[in-house]
Amino acid sequence: MRSIISISGLTKTYASGQHALKHVSLEIREGEILALLGPNGAGKTTLISIICGIVTPTSGTVLVDGNDILRDYRATRSKIGLVPQELMTDAFETVGATASFSRGLFGCAPNPKHIEGVLRDLSLWDRRNDIIMTLSGGMKRRVMIAKALSHEPRILFLDEPTAGVDVELRRDMWALVRRLRDNGVTIILTTHYIDEAEEMADRIGVISQGELIVVEDKNRLMRKLGKKQLTLHLQEPMTSIPAGFEAWKLALNAGGLELEYTFDASEEQTGIPALLRRLSELGIGFKDLNTRQSSLEDIFVSLVSEREGFRR
Amino acid sequence: MSAVAFNRHGVWAIYRFEMARFLRTLLQSVLTPVITTSLYFVVFGAAIGARITEVDGVPYGAFIVPGLIMLSVFMESISNASFGIHFPKYTGTIYELLSAPVSAFEVVLAYVGAAATKSVGLALIILATASVFVPIQILHPVWMVAFLVLTAVTFCLFGFIIGIWAKNFEQLQLVPMLIVTPLTFLGGAFYSIDMLPPAWRTVTLFNPVVYLISGFRWTFFGSADVDVGVSLAMTLVFLLTCLGLVAWIFRTGYRLKN
Repeated sequence: MRSIISISGLTKTYASGQHALKHVSLEIREGEILALLGPNGAGKTTLISIICGIVTPTSGTVLVDGNDILRDYRATRSKIGLVPQELMTDAFETVGATASFSRGLFGCAPNPKHIEGVLRDLSLWDRRNDIIMTLSGGMKRRVMIAKALSHEPRILFLDEPTAGVDVELRRDMWALVRRLRDNGVTIILTTHYIDEAEEMADRIGVISQGELIVVEDKNRLMRKLGKKQLTLHLQEPMTSIPAGFEAWKLALNAGGLELEYTFDASEEQTGIPALLRRLSELGIGFKDLNTRQSSLEDIFVSLVSEREGFRR
Repeated sequence: MSAVAFNRHGVWAIYRFEMARFLRTLLQSVLTPVITTSLYFVVFGAAIGARITEVDGVPYGAFIVPGLIMLSVFMESISNASFGIHFPKYTGTIYELLSAPVSAFEVVLAYVGAAATKSVGLALIILATASVFVPIQILHPVWMVAFLVLTAVTFCLFGFIIGIWAKNFEQLQLVPMLIVTPLTFLGGAFYSIDMLPPAWRTVTLFNPVVYLISGFRWTFFGSADVDVGVSLAMTLVFLLTCLGLVAWIFRTGYRLKN
């Protein structure tokens, strides 16, 4: 798949001396949903802001569909829609007027049909003549999305789009994101809800302390870094793990009543049959057993804490 | 969509947005200058005009009209243009402007164009109100419009700079209140600087507003405190200074971008 955004050696140091981005290079593929994860202050918003033209990079280049974001800003910006993290809307304009304004601002001739479609998609059509300041927070969030989609962008940035929104809006928003992707729009999102990234994204990028520490196809990432755990609920408590189990990565939990075996999900040989045989040979009985696969959240936490631990 | 060399839809969108903002407050936009002008005529025209009947051969009531118009154009231009760009900075909606395919020139054209439109409209309303009180002659109507538009554009640019520079609404008021108003009142808006003692007259010549008001008054009555060519040159110098500052702001991203 071709790249629609090519980021190379992107660095940003703010006037305060803060290194927000350190030599970030990333290829974003046309038509994909890329989720950028990272703790607060990791540099996600700075990265998005540079691509959109709100923040000036210190060094490095960004090409959008082959055009440089600084030199050919008209070409790059007209292809991008941005929904920022903070709720920032006009106050006294109507919903319909603000969406039409955004379309014009991005260089497009008026197209009431398109605006109507966007407003209908976001359940805003009935509120089109309402003054924005009379809307609820969730509705204002929808207005911001409508503005970002008003000029038919090929790339959509959603910076924490579901932070603080209710369940219904979250569901609507993800349905919309899927529809946009089906229409060929490339979507880059940041989110704190990692389960969402797990459900929605094609690829995952993890940013920590201004560095992109991993970018990987979601399923591959989960296979590669995911771990599985087998928990055996023992009939009799054990004080320690007996000799002869060195080949397995075992831990005793719940006061010696649970034996936990951690294994690599991507390995063909899990070692479980041999473990169970050995337990039986030694006469260690168990009442129940269950397995658990690590979630994207577990992977994310371990990646970031490993990184930050290493730094400290 | 292919990239365009001039984003006319963008300029039009901003211009319309700004004009809609003015039109929302149309009543106060029109009523305020009408009432203020009438008050000036009551206070200055009737009270002072009874003692000063003529200045440079012009009845005092008519003499103050150009100064009155300039005073309002200065204040309204600064206030409209500064608020227009400061408010998006304050609410955060400026993100959209910064991420849009519009050039610095287009942004300035739209914001300053809209604010100047309002200022010129306002000047015409004041002129119409004034003509109810005193007979007004305009010797050089084309030059009158030229001076009016030039001054409106210049002060709108100045306001635009203040709007970007200001970190809060208090600072937004600072320059108009502390610098522009005193300079205007001391700049011969309501008197001829020839009426001042020679020492003060020299001091007054360092006030740039003197040249703007004097030039504008010349377009009405054909006589002025300073040569009209000097007035025009000073207006252009001020305009070019503001343009240079705006260009620097956009090049460096001063208080607009990190």
